[in-house]
Amino acid sequence: MDSPFGLLAELTYRCPLSCAYCSNPINMASYTDELSTDEWRRTLAEAAELGVLQAHLSGGEPLLRRDLVEIVDQAAGLGLYTNLVTSAIGFSRRTAERLREAGLDHVQVSIQADAPVLSDRIAGIPSFQRKIDAMRLVKELGWPLTVNVVLHRRNIDRIADVLRLAEEVGADRVELANTQYYGWAWKNRDALLPSREQLAQAEAVVREARERLSMDVLYVIPDYYSKYPKPCMGGWASRQLTVAPNGEVLPCPAAQSLPLPKASIREQELAEIWTDSPVMNAFRGTDWMPDPCRSCDRQELDFGGCRCQAFQLTGDASRTDPVCHLSGDHEVVAAAVAAAQQPVSLQLTPRPHRPQQA
Amino acid sequence: MNSLEVSTRPRLARHVRLTYSVARKRPVLLLPETVVVLNETGAAILKLCDGQRTVPEIVAELRARYREVPTDEVQRFLAGLAARRCVELPDG
Repeated sequence: MDSPFGLLAELTYRCPLSCAYCSNPINMASYTDELSTDEWRRTLAEAAELGVLQAHLSGGEPLLRRDLVEIVDQAAGLGLYTNLVTSAIGFSRRTAERLREAGLDHVQVSIQADAPVLSDRIAGIPSFQRKIDAMRLVKELGWPLTVNVVLHRRNIDRIADVLRLAEEVGADRVELANTQYYGWAWKNRDALLPSREQLAQAEAVVREARERLSMDVLYVIPDYYSKYPKPCMGGWASRQLTVAPNGEVLPCPAAQSLPLPKASIREQELAEIWTDSPVMNAFRGTDWMPDPCRSCDRQELDFGGCRCQAFQLTGDASRTDPVCHLSGDHEVVAAAVAAAQQPVSLQLTPRPHRPQQA
Repeated sequence: MNSLEVSTRPRLARHVRLTYSVARKRPVLLLPETVVVLNETGAAILKLCDGQRTVPEIVAELRARYREVPTDEVQRFLAGLAARRCVELPDG
């Protein structure tokens, strides 16, 4: 079995923003007992030992962890490539300088649109200007900057202006990723899924931008519109692992929604979990695959797609991802896509800033 | 673009780190969201990409260490990594 390359460290699910496209779990209250600084230190050490090379520090908003600098310091000390994924809220000059000193390698700042009114409306708080300031600070302190934009029905038509903005702040990379429908985004799917015409226009803008700009432009299509499913995580428990705020270890952040036995860094060592735990082995390799995947020559290309999406759409995580046109359940995706060609309700459920205590 | 400008002085892109994976016993290039697993010769080429040396100079140094160093293979390797934005090829 190969070692994982990347650890997604979800430091907290608390967040100052309340974006309706958030993929954090709905049951945030299960994650309030967050790992301590020492527990994260140990997790990072065990990850490095296991062969992990990159630590993606995410959330929620990782800057809400008061010990973020110490966590970065540990990760960098272990030789990991450290990547901060942030809304920029809390990214003060002082914090930024301390993170730089601790050895943080790369910063990804999210923005919700190209202009204050729409961006702030999607984020749920006035945040646009702070994000722009943070982006400039990232560049000023000498970091490479990635600007992250989650695309959906409300902002995908602004993509050319978003690219202009990214260029203006001197981004090295821009990630234009259509919403992945997990967590709160799943709840809001029908109001977020863009139309076919919106996508065609966005793709034309991206093609043109890639030829013109020196900036790296990543574009992720909504998989509902693709013929074959995405090669989710490069295969279940194959290249990446996730540690949730409470120490739960998962192949990906969405997998908490699946009815699988839990594994926790608080109870077992990471290497043992990676190798032996039922949650990691549930869909590893290709033996679990039913038809049409079992007899498909693409099984090593897309790994049957996404287990969490199969579970959401069919109630059975071991079925072929219904996004695939060969799936027997494909009509549920086709119906969502058909609905997206019509006017949709604008009703969105914002994600809460912090878990609602039961 | 398989043949590079003679005057270009390749360097690793700023957001890229060349290191060694103990678990894999292989040199690796680390990028924000990607890992490129290298072989020993690939790593040897990249160690010489310091923004000072030209490609002919890199090839000359490698020839002192390895028996055969085809120039076109070094060029192809660097052009491939440049296309993935791991390596920058500034005009000489």
